[in-house]
Amino acid sequence: MAQEHNHIISTIVEHKPGVLYNVSNLFRCRGFNIDNITVGPAEEVGLARMTIMVRGDDRTIEQVIKQLNKLIDVIKVTRLNPESIVTRELALIKVNATNTKARSDIINYADIFRARVVDVSTESLMMELTGTSDKIDAFINLMKPFGVKEVARTGITALSRGAKSVKIDE
Amino acid sequence: MAKMTGAKALIESLKQEKVEVMFGISGGALLPIHDVLCDSEIRHILARHEQGAAHAADGYARASGRAGVCMATSGPGATNIVTGLANAYLDSSPIVALTGQVNTHSANTSYMIGRDAFQEADIIGITTPITKYNVQVKSAAEIPKAVKTSFYIATTGRPGPTLIDLPKDTQTAKVEMDFSDNLQLRGYKPNTEPHPLQIKKAVGLLLKAERPMILAGGGVNLSNASPELMQIAELLMMPVATTFMGKSCFPENNPLSMGNIGMHGTMLANKMILEADVLLAVGTRFQDRSTGTLDDFCPDAKIIHIDIDAAEIGKNVDVEVPIVADAKPTLNLIYQQLVKKIKKRDDTAWAKRVKEVKEKYLSEIDLGTAELTSAKLLKELRKLLPENAIIATEVGQNQMWAALHFQTIKPRTFISSGGLGTMGFGFPASIGAKVACPQCPVVDIAGDGSFRMTEQELGTSVTEDIPVIVIVLNNSMLGMVAQWQRLFYKSRYSGVKLGSVPDFAKLAQAYGAEGVRIGSINEFSGAVKKALKCEVTTVIDVPICPEDDVFPMVPPGKGLKDTIAGM
Repeated sequence: MAQEHNHIISTIVEHKPGVLYNVSNLFRCRGFNIDNITVGPAEEVGLARMTIMVRGDDRTIEQVIKQLNKLIDVIKVTRLNPESIVTRELALIKVNATNTKARSDIINYADIFRARVVDVSTESLMMELTGTSDKIDAFINLMKPFGVKEVARTGITALSRGAKSVKIDE
Repeated sequence: MAKMTGAKALIESLKQEKVEVMFGISGGALLPIHDVLCDSEIRHILARHEQGAAHAADGYARASGRAGVCMATSGPGATNIVTGLANAYLDSSPIVALTGQVNTHSANTSYMIGRDAFQEADIIGITTPITKYNVQVKSAAEIPKAVKTSFYIATTGRPGPTLIDLPKDTQTAKVEMDFSDNLQLRGYKPNTEPHPLQIKKAVGLLLKAERPMILAGGGVNLSNASPELMQIAELLMMPVATTFMGKSCFPENNPLSMGNIGMHGTMLANKMILEADVLLAVGTRFQDRSTGTLDDFCPDAKIIHIDIDAAEIGKNVDVEVPIVADAKPTLNLIYQQLVKKIKKRDDTAWAKRVKEVKEKYLSEIDLGTAELTSAKLLKELRKLLPENAIIATEVGQNQMWAALHFQTIKPRTFISSGGLGTMGFGFPASIGAKVACPQCPVVDIAGDGSFRMTEQELGTSVTEDIPVIVIVLNNSMLGMVAQWQRLFYKSRYSGVKLGSVPDFAKLAQAYGAEGVRIGSINEFSGAVKKALKCEVTTVIDVPICPEDDVFPMVPPGKGLKDTIAGM
């Protein structure tokens, strides 16, 4: 067996209904494993960027890219080089904060991680944190002793570093 | 710009695509379209089941090389074409399916998409994995573009089925329609021209090869690249094996023809392909039924792989020279460069070896001991039919016997469900092929199990005057499954005995077709000769021995080298 790794694939797709279905359906039909998928509008109106994290060996990833390219609404597919990439994830974390001590500890930790407090109630704090997935994992672990009530994570989005861009051929 | 209804615009758009015929069944969600069809020159052939309509469109496409069109109403009509679409998808056949759909908006809101309305099915969701492209029209004005896009995508690049879902209110709405030609598909740009450097590499490999061989797949038929393939084969004296889908792309009466490779390929093809040192593989996806176990497939060969679908390159086998392009221009360029460098080869050591092995295997082919066997009958059939006759087959033993024993000569004269293996495909496909090529005799080689699955299309063939010939190789069994049970399950028959009903001759007669049961090769010849002159469809019922097996065979899980000639 060839070695399996996580790969990040950045795709530009038509921003219209059904495209996410087509892409996720392709992964299901062909038995590719999506670890993570994020979608949002891209730099050009009418187009969206899908960032897909997929696990597999090189041959599988090559097939993933070729099969994605066959979808009519997929305009561009690029495998991002892990050496030269910025990846980010955003998380909202709601933590129990029933006494002053806990509250100040949590805020201290949040400062260290550059998380922002975005909502306060008498019994809880909600924080917003962006960063790599590792950083978010670490912060959530740190919050566990206080009692994590809810977590919402966006999943990874990514762009390659430098002036180069995933260009669309006309 | 003209104001017209969506239904009118649909028919107008189909005319622009030069559609002359469509196969379908009407229904509530298609009423506006059928009303326009009344005044149109487009011929609507009323099938008896939507699956039949889809297969007929497929048969039409394969025989003609043009897109076949089928139409079905919403809900069950649409779901009934699903098998036809899956079949066309796996065999890369260009068909455009039109389906009715419930309203997008309605005064009676319960008859609207997403409300589980009467005869509503999410056909877009259902057919996404089995179509090359599908689209639901949201407003009447989108119809001309949807049609143009669907035909363009179905027929270019690697062909395949497309589907347009037409909500009923988009058919009736009257709006300004734009039929202009500018299609902009940013995500679809099939590459048809080969890279010059890859051509150079391929030519270099072929010139150095001592034992070059061609493996021609369905892509050669689809690309109409038979003349170009022939030029190269004859120049270099390369033997040509075909995959199941490639059958008919190279004349099997040519000395260089090896027949099909694969699970039920010829002994000759399965042997010679393993001896090749360079394999020119054209328009094939190296499917498991063709290659056997991949570890044992062409271990010594460097492979040049031409395919228009980049995703097929390197999917199953590693290749030396990948060429993503259309087979026809690519083979032509390779030939042009070869012919500059060498003269036509004659007696190479390899050509001699191929000839010797071919003679040996031809002398060993076993047609069976009984007076009437499928193999003997198919050999006889070849003598009775002109070269341009089109053979369709069902799926199972009948199909494999036809592939092994019926020699095809002209391209696109062998129409069969290779990828999906759809029983019941052959008969409606033969009707579609006959509509596409009315001057050619069309014969469906059927088994009794398969024929039962779409026999209702006898109604279509008779009422629409589309005469074909159906030869039922009748062993009262699901023969191929029975063969596997004999070979691998100690002859414990389970779920395969169909019994000797119906009487197929009488069944044909009940539909107003000709029906005859024959018991000898002589009677068979007489029946075929009569059927060729007959103005209605003829069903020739041929009782055969239920214990006959298809050989050669590569046992499941084995390689081509393990091909067995018989038990």
